[in-house]
Amino acid sequence: MTTSHDPSRGALSAATGATAPRQEETAAPTHLPAAALHAPSPPPEPSPRPRRSLRLLPPVLPEAAAVELPFLGLDTLWLQLTGTRCNIACRHCFITCGPKEDRVPMMTRARVEQLLLEARTLGVKEFYFTGGEPMLHPDFFALIERTLQEGPVNILTNGTLIDAAAAARFAELGRATRYSLELRVSLDGMTAEQNDPVRGRGTFAAIVAGLRELGQVGLSPVITVVEHQPGMADAAARQEFLAFARQLGLGRPRVKFLPLLRLGREPRRSHPYAADALVEGPLEDGVAATLQCSSARLATQQDVLTCPLLLDAPEARLGSTLTAAARPIRLRWSACHTCVTEGLSCRT
Amino acid sequence: MPDLSGATERAVLRYAVLGGVYNNYLALTAVLDDAERCGAGAAYCLGDLGGFGPHPDRVFPILLDRGVVVLQGNYDHSIGNQLPDCACGYTDPRDNHYARLSYAYTQAKTSPRFLPYLRELPPALRYDWHGLRVLMAHGSPRRVNEFLWESQCADAFLRRLLGEYQADLLLVTHSGIPWVRQLPGELGGGVVVNVGAIGRPANDGHTGVYYALLTVHPAVAPGGKGTVAVELRRVDYDHERLIADMRAESLPEEFVETLATGYWTTCLEILPARERSRGIY
Repeated sequence: MTTSHDPSRGALSAATGATAPRQEETAAPTHLPAAALHAPSPPPEPSPRPRRSLRLLPPVLPEAAAVELPFLGLDTLWLQLTGTRCNIACRHCFITCGPKEDRVPMMTRARVEQLLLEARTLGVKEFYFTGGEPMLHPDFFALIERTLQEGPVNILTNGTLIDAAAAARFAELGRATRYSLELRVSLDGMTAEQNDPVRGRGTFAAIVAGLRELGQVGLSPVITVVEHQPGMADAAARQEFLAFARQLGLGRPRVKFLPLLRLGREPRRSHPYAADALVEGPLEDGVAATLQCSSARLATQQDVLTCPLLLDAPEARLGSTLTAAARPIRLRWSACHTCVTEGLSCRT
Repeated sequence: MPDLSGATERAVLRYAVLGGVYNNYLALTAVLDDAERCGAGAAYCLGDLGGFGPHPDRVFPILLDRGVVVLQGNYDHSIGNQLPDCACGYTDPRDNHYARLSYAYTQAKTSPRFLPYLRELPPALRYDWHGLRVLMAHGSPRRVNEFLWESQCADAFLRRLLGEYQADLLLVTHSGIPWVRQLPGELGGGVVVNVGAIGRPANDGHTGVYYALLTVHPAVAPGGKGTVAVELRRVDYDHERLIADMRAESLPEEFVETLATGYWTTCLEILPARERSRGIY
């Protein structure tokens, strides 16, 4: 009999060499008429398009000065299914997605298949579909069905495209698999007055309609709420949100509050990260294992990156394959500060 | 006494593996009685002796008298070291509220004489059963409070755990709902078992609790590995008596409801949608 155990919890060290975060942002907030929420899906775009340099997210720390984070294994694979294409353009979107945002292309089925097979060899635990709005992908449901053969699937959607047929399809896929099919629907308030100024005019009604459709088929998505106003995530607000979700017909409601990320469009709505929003080492014991970038990667049509927040950071690109990306990274960005200090986890 | 002789004989081995006692001394006795009736030669407990139920000190004499081999869960580590919280790994405020109530009660009611026992429990156990490399851990081999839910673990991930920790059979608890996964041969095979918890029901509408009864057969060919059959056994116990104890101790009515109905009323936010859909909350 022996005892063996233990996560890697090494003390990491780093120095700081701060420069102010730079946000170059051109997109204006967009409000769409309700009809535009149900626009037909655009075709996939397998060929890479050049990225607009204006979107680049520069690191705030030189590589040598940043905390190094070990890679503990591929637990979570994020798929940037529709690139930056979304049917709405939220004012706090941290990766500046929208109807005309195609700087990161949609993923092809062939690319997803290649990643699924590679992820299997690396021992992946779970998958996340994100975008943009993943439901805009023309092969959306087929890709869910295929991915559920490999493992659990979490879908991050804005909920505006969930009609009765989509809800029924989600329910059917959920029943047919031995793995978990989780839906996460973004909703940033319990009223249109609270939600629509950040997510766009008409979005509250569309999201609520989508949630009701899910409730009708017995599904209870996780409602994700970005704390875009102070106090939105306190205990009383949480209970109110749960009660609100029950009123929509969600039998077992769940709510996940997310902190604001001062990236993408958000700095124009509020302000960018402070100059001292840096990860200064060493990390406390146990923190490394809780950071998603120690056990997750984000895949796009062309690249594999450290995390979903750093879609526009060239230095966060680790290669085109998961195997190439299975290596330590460095916490060079202000966004890293949010995860380290506020405990943000993009996991459901 | 437990049979720890290993795999040198050709005999069929039978073991009971349980977890998550949560102070439920009545369920513990009922499970060990059931295991004995089934011919188990040894019983192993994967930790978390305290929490949820009444009278923490009552489980220790049972475990010691009946020779149960115990490893350390997060609760045992926290109580043994008198840490400020249970480190269960909840993220929701409501879950944490009830976790704090349980922890404060267990901490206050655990006799100091059992603290060294809790502190010194091993974090994992390894055995060789007829050539099968067996690893027992609390949450997962890599993190004591990791929840391994059936619906959230891809086959490939479980295979990775077995490979990284050099095991053919992995046994865990912590999440409280039992399951068994036989991994496909093309991935390399192996078996992973979450034995569930005997401290409270499994959110399935039954008041009974689960443990795993393992039957290990010798290898067919010399030098080969044995095979294991896993039975998840549901055992009834006097839950009405436990409820009376809990009310006498002023423990939350939400806990009592779980014991009376078989459905979880707390710890709900850690449940994946699939596991939660079995319940009513």
